[in-house]
Amino acid sequence: MTPPSDLQVSDRTTDPDPTRGLTRGGRAGRGDSVFRGVALVAGLVVLAVLALIVWAMFDKGRDAIRVSGITFVTGDVWDPPNNTYGALAFIYGTLLSSLIALILAVPVSIGIALFTIESVPRRLRRPVVSVIDLLAAVPSVVYGLWGILVFAPAIQGFYQDIADTVGTWPGFSAVFGGNASGTSFMTAGIILALMMTPIVTSISREVITTVPSAQREAAYGMGATRWEVIRHAVLPWSRGGIVGGVMLGLGRALGETIAVALVIGSTAQITSHVFLPGYSIAAVIANEFGESSGTHQSALIAMGLLLFAITIVVNIAARSLVTRFDRRAQGVT
Amino acid sequence: MSLTRRATMLAAGLFAVFALAATACGSSSNNNSTTGTTGGSGFDYSSLSGTLNGSGSTFQKDFNEAAIQGFSDVAQNVTVNYAGGGSGKGKTDLANEVVQWAGTDSTIKSDQLSTFKGGTVLYFPTVAAPITVSFNLSGVSKIQLSASTLGGIFSGKITKWNDSAIAADNPGVSLPSTAITVVHRSDGSGTTNQFTHYLTLAAGSSWALGTGDTVNWPTSTKAANGNPGVAQAVKATDGAIGYVDYSTAVASKLTFASIKNKSGSYVAPSLDAASAALETAQVNANLTYLALDASGADAYPITAATYVIVYQNQSDATIGKALQGWLHYLLTDGQALANPNNYAKLPASLDQKALAQIDTMKIG
Repeated sequence: MTPPSDLQVSDRTTDPDPTRGLTRGGRAGRGDSVFRGVALVAGLVVLAVLALIVWAMFDKGRDAIRVSGITFVTGDVWDPPNNTYGALAFIYGTLLSSLIALILAVPVSIGIALFTIESVPRRLRRPVVSVIDLLAAVPSVVYGLWGILVFAPAIQGFYQDIADTVGTWPGFSAVFGGNASGTSFMTAGIILALMMTPIVTSISREVITTVPSAQREAAYGMGATRWEVIRHAVLPWSRGGIVGGVMLGLGRALGETIAVALVIGSTAQITSHVFLPGYSIAAVIANEFGESSGTHQSALIAMGLLLFAITIVVNIAARSLVTRFDRRAQGVT
Repeated sequence: MSLTRRATMLAAGLFAVFALAATACGSSSNNNSTTGTTGGSGFDYSSLSGTLNGSGSTFQKDFNEAAIQGFSDVAQNVTVNYAGGGSGKGKTDLANEVVQWAGTDSTIKSDQLSTFKGGTVLYFPTVAAPITVSFNLSGVSKIQLSASTLGGIFSGKITKWNDSAIAADNPGVSLPSTAITVVHRSDGSGTTNQFTHYLTLAAGSSWALGTGDTVNWPTSTKAANGNPGVAQAVKATDGAIGYVDYSTAVASKLTFASIKNKSGSYVAPSLDAASAALETAQVNANLTYLALDASGADAYPITAATYVIVYQNQSDATIGKALQGWLHYLLTDGQALANPNNYAKLPASLDQKALAQIDTMKIG
């Protein structure tokens, strides 16, 4: 088959020496080993830096863990003047705000991805994608400032309305009831969802476009409606990649510092009411590190290590989920 | 990407870079400068040279910036910088010899002293300022509070404005039944440290949360970031009460409560009342002092101290002399800059002691 004329490749049918661009003899082996060496050094440097960071944090955080013991992770009282360091309220806040972000962001993001691929006219696809990606370009601190200055005061009335209606129904009152505050778990969750959405959307979009058209065509051929095609042909194939994208977004949500610190309300408490103020690990470190010293500072560093551990656990869980989905999609299990 | 698209993006990027550079270069200089003279006691500033970098307490930042402006008029060859960042940062930076001087609201803890590479640290008091208890209550323009009532309010035990304790402090004032919203700092802060220290000293059993840059505030309270954040939160909520430093409270036009001092009189926060507190403050040998809960009929009881810290031994003679000049300026001509910038200047006796301490620095 002759290649198209606008492709710039050497015309192999008439070139006397097809191997012209390649190195020969000893030089080829040397290039390979240099490349391998550089790649090895790069990989080792990254691992070494990671190990050094973990070791340094562990070394500096040791004092606080020695003082608190296991209550560092199980205790919910954070009282630096009285040398009491219990991180449970912050762990709870980190997980709760990320969970709210997950619940809000994932359906919306997958919906946007499906929408841009299935429903948007081809001409409009590029602008729509660009606008979504623009959300990712907004710096976190801008989200935080907008959240504390505009969003939180405006949304407080809306929260109170929900608390007064849905919050009085049995079963819902534990989550939506009580006094509503503009700076709360819910607001932090919403801001995190806004930050997660572009990441999850763009990855989902990439993954969904890799679904072979044969799959889609086969489903259409059997008389499936558009939604059935999506549900039976597209989503099962791309599930693994979408989960990977969600976990990437979740990683951002777990570690997000300044935006959460500004809108979460800076009150260390464990409560099921999402409209009450809370605190997260990254937020308390950002707020208290500057003026801290001694055991207090050591406790903050130990919490950083804790956040690191939580993120690793979530990543491992994600990876195993992705592997399991991939296997199932390829019909292995 | 098409050529016009690329060109547009390049233009937008360049514009953004220019905008950023313009804002960075057009830095706002402090407009509270005074024309410098050759020094109140004939000190020769013009022979000094060098760069003095400082960081630390944001409480004294406004004063330091005004003094830097004034100092640059008399000592043309010395560049002084102050970065702020909090007392903790200032102390750590001085310990690591990253800066030549630091500002701090609190003394160095004994377990941190060994980390100071340059040896002995000297404390120089420069200014002080009141910490106001600002409130927002519709229909009420004057409130008086005793220390124990204050402790009860900020502990979350007193929840309504018409509580009997508040009513007892304010005979004849009709108080609404609005709920009290306590506002405190979310970030670790020297202001919190001074305020909670005062409550620990004066409020007795009604305050059990201790003293610290951050304390275990009850969950019914509201947190805000920075003095301006607390000021904004107090202004926005009816029934709110919070502690805000004097210059921010004045700038935000907040209403202050008068606090009962040790002598039994209710005093409103003002620079004169802060100076009165400094007069009767107990001063230690190293010139650290406690102006909180001061006795004296006109003293405002929540007057916060702040210090400039430097090393006693200065190995670099040029920097050492420049530091001595800077400290001399802060304690002489610089004191005139205190009141215009909402700080209280030092009483004469403390000022003299601090000036004498400059001579104990070992230069070279």
